[in-house]
Amino acid sequence: MKRLSGWSLIKIYTVLIYVWMFTPIVAVVLLSFNSQQFGSFPMEGLSFRWYVKLSQNASILDAFKNSLVLGSLTSIMTTAIAIPAAMAFVRYDFIGKEALNTLLLAPIMIPEVVLGVALLIFIRWLQQPKSFALLLIGHVVLTLPYVLLVVQARLVGIKRVYEEAAQTLGASPLQTFWAVTFPLLAPAIFAGMLFSFTISFDDVTATLFWATAQNQTVPVKIFGMLRDSISPEINALGAVMIFLTVSLPLAAGYISRRFARGSGA
Amino acid sequence: MEKEKNPGLVQFRGVMKRFGDVLAVEKTDLDIPEGSLVTLLGPSGCGKTTLLRMVAGLETPTEGDIYIKGNRINDVPIHKRNLGMIFQNYALFPHKTIFDNVAFGLKYRNIPKDQIKEKVSRALEMVRLPGVENRMPSQLSGGQQQRIALARAIVIEPDVLLMDEPLSALDENLREEMRLEIDNIQRMLGVTSIFVTHDQREALSMSDKIVVMEGGRKQQEGGPEEVYNNPANHFVADFLGHSNFVDGVIQSRDGDGYRVKLEDGNELMAEGGDWREGDAVEVVVRAQKLDIVPRDSHQTDDAVNCFFGKIKERSYMGGEVSYFVELENGTVLHVIGIVKTKPFRRGDPVAVTAPPRHCKLLRKES
Repeated sequence: MKRLSGWSLIKIYTVLIYVWMFTPIVAVVLLSFNSQQFGSFPMEGLSFRWYVKLSQNASILDAFKNSLVLGSLTSIMTTAIAIPAAMAFVRYDFIGKEALNTLLLAPIMIPEVVLGVALLIFIRWLQQPKSFALLLIGHVVLTLPYVLLVVQARLVGIKRVYEEAAQTLGASPLQTFWAVTFPLLAPAIFAGMLFSFTISFDDVTATLFWATAQNQTVPVKIFGMLRDSISPEINALGAVMIFLTVSLPLAAGYISRRFARGSGA
Repeated sequence: MEKEKNPGLVQFRGVMKRFGDVLAVEKTDLDIPEGSLVTLLGPSGCGKTTLLRMVAGLETPTEGDIYIKGNRINDVPIHKRNLGMIFQNYALFPHKTIFDNVAFGLKYRNIPKDQIKEKVSRALEMVRLPGVENRMPSQLSGGQQQRIALARAIVIEPDVLLMDEPLSALDENLREEMRLEIDNIQRMLGVTSIFVTHDQREALSMSDKIVVMEGGRKQQEGGPEEVYNNPANHFVADFLGHSNFVDGVIQSRDGDGYRVKLEDGNELMAEGGDWREGDAVEVVVRAQKLDIVPRDSHQTDDAVNCFFGKIKERSYMGGEVSYFVELENGTVLHVIGIVKTKPFRRGDPVAVTAPPRHCKLLRKES
C-alpha cells in the first residue's frame, strides 16, 4: 500500500458511522432470538420463544391493531386534506396564502412536546374527553406538513400546460384534475401516504400525551414496558417494528418505480 | 355554390390586457377571417401569446370583447369553447398512450367508442403517423410528438385552431417539414387558425394575413407581401428582413418620385407616399434590393441613387453573401447579394445602386 488517499479515509469514516448507527439496531434484532431471559453476548441459544410470547400478549396485539388502524386512517385523512391544499397553494392565488401555508407547515418546526400539550389543553378547553378521535386529529396535524410538502413539490413540477391542454380539449376543471393532474401526482400522493403512515406508526412523544389506556399504540406500549422491566419481548417487538418501518418504504419505492416504468414517464 | 366565408369568425373588439401594472396588450381590434391562417408575429413580450391565450380562455381580457362566430365568449369557460390548441412544448399527456391522448377531447363530446377509434386513426393518418396508437409520448421524437399534438387538436373539429409557437422547440430541418405539414393540413381542413410566432420566415411563408405586434400594440396588419414590401413603420421594416435606414428631408417632387436630401449629404430618389417639401422622412431600403457591382465595371457616373464605397465586412452564406459596405462619407450599408461569379472580398471598391422604387419613405418617428 503506497498511500492512504483521502478517498479511502472517507470510506473508512463512512463505514464507521454506519456501524455506530446500526449496531444497536442489530443488537436488538439479534437479542430478540436469544433463548435466555437476560440477553448478553455471546448468545447462548437461538429461539423464537419471545416472538411466540409476543403473539400471545393480548395487550400488545391490541396496541398493534391500534397502531395499524391509526396509521392507515391518518394517512388517508392527511392525504385527503393535503391534495386540495397543495392545489390551492400551487395553482391559485388568494389573500393570506403565505400565512396559511406557514400555519399548515408549522408542526414541523414546533417541538412535539409542545404540540402534544397544546392539543391536550385545547381539548380540555372544549371539555371533551381524550379519545381515539383526538389521537387521529393529532396525528393528522403531525403528518400533514410532510405530505403537503411532498405533494406540493411534485405539483410544482407538473407543468400547467397539461391542464391547459386538457381544458382546451373540453375537460372541465374537475375532469381535468381526475384525468390529468391526479394521475401525474399519484407517485407523490402514494409517497405522502406512506410517509404519513410511518410517522404515525413510529411516533412516541406526542402520542404519549394523547393516548388513553384503551388507545395505546405500539411505541407507547414499548415505552410503558421499558419503564417496568427490560423484557426480551421488547426486543422481539422492536424487531417487528424495525422490519415494518424499513420494509414498507422499500416496498413502496419498488412499486412506484414499477408504476413509473409502466407509464413510460 | 360555395358558402360565403365569415370575414370575422374571430373578432377582437377593444381587447386590452393588463397584468398588475404591466400593460400586456393595448386596446386591439382584429378580425380573423373564416378558414384563413392568421399569424401574430413579433418579438417576445409583444403580447402575441397573451392575445392567443385570451381566445383560448387561458387569460381573461381586462377590457373589451372577443367574439367567435358572432358569440361573445368572454365568459364562456375554456372547456366549452371548442378550440384546438397546440403548445410550444407539445404538452402531450405523459401518462397516456398516443391513442388516449388523441381521443382525449372526443371523450368529453359524447361520441360512441367505435367512432372515436375511427376518428383517431384518421387523424393519425392525416399527420402521417398511423399505427402509433399504443406507444407512449416519451417513445416518440419531438417532431412526432408535435404531430400527435396537431392530431389531438384537429380531431375534435375545432372552430378555431390556436398554435402557440408550435415549431420553436424543433430542430431547424424538422421545423421546415413540420411547417409544411401544418400548412397543408390547415388548408385541407380549412380550419380557421391563429398562429403565434417570432420567426418571420414562418410567418411570411404560411400566413394569409400577418399581424405584426410590438409593445402590446398591433403595428401592421396585412398579407405577407404587403407587410414585407410596404412596411407601415420603422419597427415593421426593421423586424421583417434586413433593412437599411437613412434619415433625410424631402427636397422636391420629381414626377412619380421625390428627391430626398439625406443626412449624410447624399441625395436620393425615392417613390411612393404623399409628401411635402421639408417633410422629415426615413428612407428604407431592403438589403436584398440593393445592387452591388465592382467599381471599375460601373460606367455611368450619373446613374440614379448610385453610391461608391468599399467592402467593410462580408459573411458568406452559401447561396448569398451579406456585405457591409462603407460609403465614402462613412455611412455603412447592408447589402445582400446573390453570388453569381465570385464574391467580393474585404476592401474591394464597389458601386451600390438603390433602385428608386425600392426606396420606401417612412415618416420620421421622433
